[in-house]
Amino acid sequence: MKICVLIKQVPDKDSPLSISDDNLSISESNISWVANESDSYALEEALQIKEKQGGEVVACTLGKASAQQIMKDALAKGADRGILLSDPAFDNLDILAVAKVIANAIREEQFDLILSGLQSDDQGNSQLGLLLAELLNMSHASLGMGTEMTGDSSIKVKRELESGWFQWTELTLPASISIQSGINSPRYATLKGIMMVKKKTVDELNAEAVGAESITNKVQLKNMYIPEKSKETTFIDGSPDEISDQLVDIFKNEIKVLN
Amino acid sequence: MKILVLVQQEEGKVNPVSIEAIAGAQQIASQCGGSLSALTFNASAAETVTSYNVEEVLLAEDASLNTYSPLHFVKALQDIMDSESIDLLVVGHTYEARDWVPRLSARLDIPFISDSVGFKSDNGLTLIRSVYQGKFNADVAVSEGKFIVSFQSGAFRGDSIESGSSSIRKLSVDISGVSDSIKPGEKFQEAEQSVDLSQAEVIVSIGRGIGKEENIQIAKDLTGVLGGEMASSRPVVDAGWLESYRQVGSSGQTVTPKLYLALGISGAIQHVVGMKGSKNIVVINKDANAPIFEIADYGIVGDILEIIPKLTEKLQSA
Repeated sequence: MKICVLIKQVPDKDSPLSISDDNLSISESNISWVANESDSYALEEALQIKEKQGGEVVACTLGKASAQQIMKDALAKGADRGILLSDPAFDNLDILAVAKVIANAIREEQFDLILSGLQSDDQGNSQLGLLLAELLNMSHASLGMGTEMTGDSSIKVKRELESGWFQWTELTLPASISIQSGINSPRYATLKGIMMVKKKTVDELNAEAVGAESITNKVQLKNMYIPEKSKETTFIDGSPDEISDQLVDIFKNEIKVLN
Repeated sequence: MKILVLVQQEEGKVNPVSIEAIAGAQQIASQCGGSLSALTFNASAAETVTSYNVEEVLLAEDASLNTYSPLHFVKALQDIMDSESIDLLVVGHTYEARDWVPRLSARLDIPFISDSVGFKSDNGLTLIRSVYQGKFNADVAVSEGKFIVSFQSGAFRGDSIESGSSSIRKLSVDISGVSDSIKPGEKFQEAEQSVDLSQAEVIVSIGRGIGKEENIQIAKDLTGVLGGEMASSRPVVDAGWLESYRQVGSSGQTVTPKLYLALGISGAIQHVVGMKGSKNIVVINKDANAPIFEIADYGIVGDILEIIPKLTEKLQSA
């Protein structure tokens, strides 16, 4: 089983985020970068499938040179090698263009499976794995909350629907599956895993190397800003003691939920 | 501009998110100039839509479109977008749409602006997306050519839909020859849902800010004295700290209690869609920039681990 896992570098949830002066990007000072949360679950699922089926897990990312770090983290957890697609020409590409770049880069690899996180914590398009399925002529399933190999050429995916409903979908390989967070318990890298990283490779490829020079954006980002508040908020200050007194009063006399 | 809105349905009943999408598409058509048609795969859903203000209702019936099948849906829309010369396809951002519409985008090589929360019409059509977990909004536009937009649940009010009277035009679609490489099975529910959060008057909901499993107890104690129900955002359920049926949001329950007390919840859109209809939202979060404050009636910037036990104590003696 030859598996590709797509991983994106995003700001850590606790990093303070602010918008740059160009109003088109975030200010990158003071940000610590991490692997996107649902992508970590996708990596774990890939490693578990490999442990049962044998094969190879290849981590792939498109990002800045600093994304080497999340590739190394993936290798330390057990991925066999990495592909880092990095080029100034890739900055600010729309999601369809990103999919085309990645499709170009991995087409020759003939992966049996592509696993990706459901949604990125930055742009949140929730599209990449499905776009790749079409571009590479693979079957697909989204919102994966379980996988089960059902033979050499098929896999069953437990999909999470709305309001507590699920559905098993059977896919003929090759398949691209987007993974929902919570599907498994992502492992930590072991010391041995970390030692192994230097024996593994991360191929760094630019636009020319993947024949992506002519891939262009169709969607333009015009402005980024803090959303306007939709509600008037009453802020309550003070010590925990004072805040609690005020809340009791609000619960009792304003919202009227205390009997 | 020829606009088509896709009407999603289950057994003939139109999905509420599609009603909102029709309302949104009506506003786009009137503000940006364009004609709006609706498309559905079900005759009784089509009948419902004839009472809304659209030019006409297109009905494409085929046995393979009765229940959800991604590759059949893609093929049907591929052909209809072409034969009807559609410039803009509008869909509601349901879990079904997000499974197949990206594939249509790649098939047609046209952009899909997913999960939009609104639009602006000052200079052509600009879509508004919520990015960075709800912390920022992004205005995006497509410079030329056809495209697809999906709107998040709640982007438009369903009751703002314009009524009208339109007729149904049947379309014949040929979706034979579609690959059977994706076989969706029956839908099922995993466990008996043991609480119906939609009936609760008071909900105490915890998020990532609770920190660790041992801290859940202080929130349970508070819930007890308030006589409410516990709920949470996704990370708490993913960590296994609360039962999955207590999750509020797009993949969990939708609630509208009298009091929703959001403790250490950042306010990602997936959570907010499940609780923003609550009558009173009280937020406690140590991050003053957490997007959840945008919908708060009462806001407290502070440490939930200090405030919750104190509040429980005061309520006990109140």
